[in-house]
Amino acid sequence: MATAAKTLGILPRPNAATGFWSWVATVDHKRIGILYGITAFFFFLVGGIEAWVMRLQLARPGLELVTAKTFNALFTMHATTMIFLGVMPLLAAFMNYLLPLLIGARDVAFPRLNAFSYWIYLFGGIFINVGWLMGTAAGHVPDSGWFGYANLTSVEFSGGLGPDFWTLGLLLLGIGTLVSGFNFIVTILNMRAPGMSLMKMPVFVWTILVTSAIIIFAFPSVTVALIMLMFDRAFAANFFEVAAGGSVVFYQHLFWTFGHPEVYILILPAMGIISEVLPVHARKMLFGYSVMVFSTALIGFMGFTVWSHHMFTVGMGPVVNSIFSLTTMAIAVPTGVKIFNWLSTMWGGQVRFTTAMLFAIGFIACFTIGGLSGFMHASAPSDAQQHDTYFVVAHIHYVLIGGSIFAIFSGIYHWFPKVFGRLLDERLGWWNFWLVFAGFHTFAFPFHFLGLLGMPRRIYTYAAGMGWEFWNLLSTIGVFVLAAGILVFIANVVVTMRKPMDAPSDPWDGRTLEWTLPSPPPVYNFAAVPRVHLRDAFWFHKHPEGKEQALEYGEPDAGPIHLPGQSLMPVLLALGPTVAATGVLFLRLRESFAVGVIVAGFIVTLLALWGWAFEGEGGTLIEPGEGS
Amino acid sequence: MGGELLVGKRTRLSGAVRAVLFVLAGVLLVGCSTLPQTPLDPKGPVAQAQTGLLLYTLYIAMGIGVGVTAALLYVIFRFRARPGQAGVPRQIRGNHTLEIVWTIIPILILVSVAFPTVEAAIATSTPPSGALTVRAIGYRWWFAFEYPELGIVTANELRIPTGQPIRLEITSNDVIHSFWVPKLAGKTDMIPGRVNVAWMQADEPAVYVGQCAEFCGDSHANMRFRVTAMPQDEFDAWVKQRQAMNQGPGQLSQVAARGRELFESPAPGGNCLSCHTVDGTSAQGKVGPNLTDVGQRSTIAAGILKNDYESLKAWVKNPADFKPGTTMPSHARLSEKDLDAIVQYLQSLK
Repeated sequence: MATAAKTLGILPRPNAATGFWSWVATVDHKRIGILYGITAFFFFLVGGIEAWVMRLQLARPGLELVTAKTFNALFTMHATTMIFLGVMPLLAAFMNYLLPLLIGARDVAFPRLNAFSYWIYLFGGIFINVGWLMGTAAGHVPDSGWFGYANLTSVEFSGGLGPDFWTLGLLLLGIGTLVSGFNFIVTILNMRAPGMSLMKMPVFVWTILVTSAIIIFAFPSVTVALIMLMFDRAFAANFFEVAAGGSVVFYQHLFWTFGHPEVYILILPAMGIISEVLPVHARKMLFGYSVMVFSTALIGFMGFTVWSHHMFTVGMGPVVNSIFSLTTMAIAVPTGVKIFNWLSTMWGGQVRFTTAMLFAIGFIACFTIGGLSGFMHASAPSDAQQHDTYFVVAHIHYVLIGGSIFAIFSGIYHWFPKVFGRLLDERLGWWNFWLVFAGFHTFAFPFHFLGLLGMPRRIYTYAAGMGWEFWNLLSTIGVFVLAAGILVFIANVVVTMRKPMDAPSDPWDGRTLEWTLPSPPPVYNFAAVPRVHLRDAFWFHKHPEGKEQALEYGEPDAGPIHLPGQSLMPVLLALGPTVAATGVLFLRLRESFAVGVIVAGFIVTLLALWGWAFEGEGGTLIEPGEGS
Repeated sequence: MGGELLVGKRTRLSGAVRAVLFVLAGVLLVGCSTLPQTPLDPKGPVAQAQTGLLLYTLYIAMGIGVGVTAALLYVIFRFRARPGQAGVPRQIRGNHTLEIVWTIIPILILVSVAFPTVEAAIATSTPPSGALTVRAIGYRWWFAFEYPELGIVTANELRIPTGQPIRLEITSNDVIHSFWVPKLAGKTDMIPGRVNVAWMQADEPAVYVGQCAEFCGDSHANMRFRVTAMPQDEFDAWVKQRQAMNQGPGQLSQVAARGRELFESPAPGGNCLSCHTVDGTSAQGKVGPNLTDVGQRSTIAAGILKNDYESLKAWVKNPADFKPGTTMPSHARLSEKDLDAIVQYLQSLK
């Protein structure tokens, strides 16, 4: 039976196996992955509802369902929510749950930090949305765009608390993201199963590694930009105050030095998921593994050389514009290679049209369109006509829905049986895919036409007679179809979760280590750490080619398995900065009160750090075969 | 000027395809309405160079898109799993020749785009000599236009001669905006604290519509403008007439004169003068648009309302009804008679 390990520290560590506290105090990467998934899906729905309201307003020219200010808040929060609270954490859910399973580890390198990342994400996500309770009229909801350009976000032009919620919220979220980035890199570099050299890792693990590196190099830039913005607002620091010699263009450089790598943070893990799903459901190994790995790394690196293509119209001059045009076009090469490799993976395979596979194929189709419109904006003079029009809106929705979201759905259908022990219903899955696919194209393809007809983005209303009416109406209709597809997905999950846990350990004839485990995996993942000899080791273990041994299961541990102890310190440590950020909000309103709250936040942070250091090792000793 | 741009030539080469696309967009897809703001119908060398590249990349993108989609459909159909299929497919690790081929081909395509890109980037950013200078200044949420060489200041409606390059000196008075007339020139951002130089030229007399293209707050959607291109002689005549107006309004009707009085008197009068300028009068406010020639304009409130009696009166009475967030206050306190007088005065400024 499971027993508490000897506690070395002063403080006892919690040890709840079930119930509310077992989730709050958990440090198990699988539970944290599930928490990420549920929270991020909730925010994904919030962002979807924001989009739906905007599409209703734009269905006809001159409609005023919501005010200009509310509309501006909606598109600001839609993008902020989808990027930082929806897609990134949905991908983080996959990374958290799967990374240790894919590399044959029992957890990530720093389990408590992992929990901390989640809690500060949750608190930051709530924090950034609090303004909605105060209404949009006074500007307490962020409404200056998801990029928060200076000087529109200055106190002079945005007097409400909106930009304060936005800068402080993103700073909180950034802490969690950075911590995750370090955690995943250390995990991947140190905790792989014996024999799994870097070039034998699943491609999804490679994309996690590269994405984490991007996070570590990109987030500091936006952190600096946000802190400067926050200082301008709270302390009149004049970084971006033109009259005092500040530069508003400087902010854009800082923001996009982060902002462009950020899109690769959103798409590379999605490409990783596709690179796992396609080979399994086509029953053929990934074509050109090493090229896929190198192109991932290359995209990660080149992602830092292209940021100014978001600024082709700010007047950088023809030389700078040309350089950034060329670097941007260059990214199309490793990206195109990936698409050709995915097609070649299916070539000669046995393509099974499971829902996971439908979404993966849909990903290739949609992402190709998004990639090609991206190639079109790469040319600076051409972009002068496309920039800030619906053509760009089409592009980002093709790469973020057609790309990231399709990959996420593909991954959900693929790994749901592993996580919850139940196979999602394939018939509902078929409806899920086709409604989402048809709805998405009906909703987003017209954006291409709207852009080419000169419709700027971020406008809450438009006049009749511009030739935009039909496409806007069609797009709004598409949203309803897309929403129906999402509802079918929710219904599928609800129906499936009521069924008994009867999923086999390896329902798809999988290729990677997680399919060697029961569904769902026991809390310690691997009773015996496997030894890996080949890429796709589990596949070649089942379908050997030649005499080479692919996988050894190894000897189980001699004694019970030690699992990291639960801890409440991650929640507490996430709470501290959140309290301090709340104090900063009040700096312009009631200074003494604000300082009090900030100090309180620091005290909570210090207490949490003290507890973190002194609560000791703790942990649970568990015999293999128990506690699954 | 346009003929000297290589990309401009390419645009004409692909003119037939462009026409097909344009007709497709214009007639088949949106009915017979006009498309005032499409960049696909360029009417000057700058827009032609930009749109030429846009279409060139669009054709490449469509070609690749159709090719990849066809390949995808072929692969999933031909290699679909069939019932009763035995065994596993041969596991292929990769193919170096293929990988090299599909690395080299995209590079070649990109090189073919790179050269005209650099060429157009230079050509579209450098105003030719002999250009007429116009300063375009963004305000929340309207445009000021100044002709420093001609001594004319106006707002929201810019008149230019056809066939002559216009050197644009672009800046902003508050936040970042963007100057965009799709048929004449792509975007150039209007940035506080710096002046961006760009240029445009209209080859045909017409009214070209533009719109702010950088999100600038509440009424970003209500920040539009027009460029009226007219033959050189008409433009010269207008300049002469317009310069004369700098001396102040001429003979006014009795009601209009009463309007001017209200315009120039502080609250409880109209108090218009604290924000607006009418050249040659005591009204020299710099917060709102210069109204010296407001009677000549086809629209008011930065292109969102027709310039007729009813709209003008409704606008003056309560501007926030039309432009959320505007700094122009409500004038509902004025009597109908006073409002009528002010509107008559404004209409006489032409």
